[in-house]
Amino acid sequence: MSYMTLLELVVSVLVVAGAGFSLIGSLGLLRMPDFFTRLHGPSKATTLGIGSLLVASAVYLSVRGPGLSLQEFMIPLFVAITTPVSAQLLAKAARHRRRPGSEGWTEDDQVRKR
Amino acid sequence: MIGTAIQIAMVLLGVSLGLATLRLLLGPDITDRILALDTLYVNAAALLVLYGVKLGADRYYEAALLIAMLGFVTTVVLSKFLTRGDVIE
Repeated sequence: MSYMTLLELVVSVLVVAGAGFSLIGSLGLLRMPDFFTRLHGPSKATTLGIGSLLVASAVYLSVRGPGLSLQEFMIPLFVAITTPVSAQLLAKAARHRRRPGSEGWTEDDQVRKR
Repeated sequence: MIGTAIQIAMVLLGVSLGLATLRLLLGPDITDRILALDTLYVNAAALLVLYGVKLGADRYYEAALLIAMLGFVTTVVLSKFLTRGDVIE
């Protein structure tokens, strides 16, 4: 197997795997029954998805482009730092809205044993 | 081989954008809609990066980074507003 074929194989597998992880995250967002379970899908799977996509992009552009392109790793780094923060803030906001007597509170929240 | 893989990945990312849009329209509570919007931002950044790989150009990652930053700031501001009733106290 030549060098270029190996490169193409690696990049193809990483690209399809990244897009598949993003799809799994969105599927979890759509299919899960409750907001606090829905939060899991995008916050983990999408981070992994964009991470492997960016690794594929960095490998491909480093070999094909003019030089080493490591600045691409800024995006997965940024996403990996910010996604837990935004997920935690969203969970806090949802928890705040589901207090008894507040605006987003429903009868289901009272019955639910969670 | 890379062209086929990129096309498959673009279809998968498009389906994922559609599913997030469905949750954005359906979402029973406003927190679901914020989460769907955050997912849409990250997936749009991923799609832009993929387009850059398809064209073989490394200048699209800056736009993707900008989209990711805007998505983070939007999510933080909206959930802060929901929690405290004010963004900057």
